[in-house]
Amino acid sequence: MVMDPKQNPADALLQIRSLMERSTRFLSLSGLSGIVAGVVSLMGLAIVYVFLEMLPFEQGVIYYIKALDAHRWGLDSKPFFVLDALLIILVATIGCTYFTYRKARRQGQNLFDALTKRLLINFLVPLGVGGIFCLALLDQGYLNLLAPSTLIFYGLALLNTSKFTFDEIRYLAYLEISLGLLGLFFLRYGLELWGVGFGVLHIVYGIIFYNKYDK
Amino acid sequence: MKKILSTLKETKLDNRIRLGIMSILVVNSWVEFKQLKTILDLTDGNLASHIKALEKELYIEVKKEFVGRKPQTTYRVTTKGRTAFEDHLSALEALIRRKDE
Repeated sequence: MVMDPKQNPADALLQIRSLMERSTRFLSLSGLSGIVAGVVSLMGLAIVYVFLEMLPFEQGVIYYIKALDAHRWGLDSKPFFVLDALLIILVATIGCTYFTYRKARRQGQNLFDALTKRLLINFLVPLGVGGIFCLALLDQGYLNLLAPSTLIFYGLALLNTSKFTFDEIRYLAYLEISLGLLGLFFLRYGLELWGVGFGVLHIVYGIIFYNKYDK
Repeated sequence: MKKILSTLKETKLDNRIRLGIMSILVVNSWVEFKQLKTILDLTDGNLASHIKALEKELYIEVKKEFVGRKPQTTYRVTTKGRTAFEDHLSALEALIRRKDE
């Protein structure tokens, strides 16, 4: 237990480094959380395609125009989008929390400390602003801007969080933001870009994280 | 060489636990006693005695307050503590460089 740095300065430096990192970074984020988030997003997106009765990359149909008078399962498109989004958020949050909690327990880390609180605040504030922004878009009928906006705000929330957790999250943030910005210029591919950002990227990142940090 | 060793001693951080506490405090603003305990995996008594030593050197300052009904003790590094920590790190690095030569 007691190690005298005088005898082994290299070990002392290693210890310092590890403590600095463990006390400022949230390292319990599980790769499985990413995979769950990705899969749930893709399922949520699939429901949108069913609702709109169309296929990804379908030519000649613009989804947000079709959405204007889409009606299914007793729902118009506005309440449908809100419900679908809430469903995705709910299931993804449950999945992510479960796997992160499991990893934290295995690492012997306490999930409910000041660091987690700081991380959540930094994540939820930009995300909450984005959520309200998107509700306003929906309310005003800007369905075309909805998908890219969620990508941009989600990316900004991730960027804001990245300094408290794994470095790689920052690049995920930049990718999400870029997809969102791209989506603003190619509005008709909004859903497909959304699928890449929330679905594919999460799964790819989840697998990379799982192999790198969870094993 | 002699100077390096005496610096390591003078900073009073030539102890794994005290150095550990300082490592955490220099990168966080206010840290709770319980958090330090969890990260360093120490008993209350052991941690408290080392904290006392750091307080005596004026390396850290203490804040005691009530959060709801629970008393909470948090710590923050002082300028003097930060300087001592940096001196100690430099001395450790110097020692390693010397070994490499």
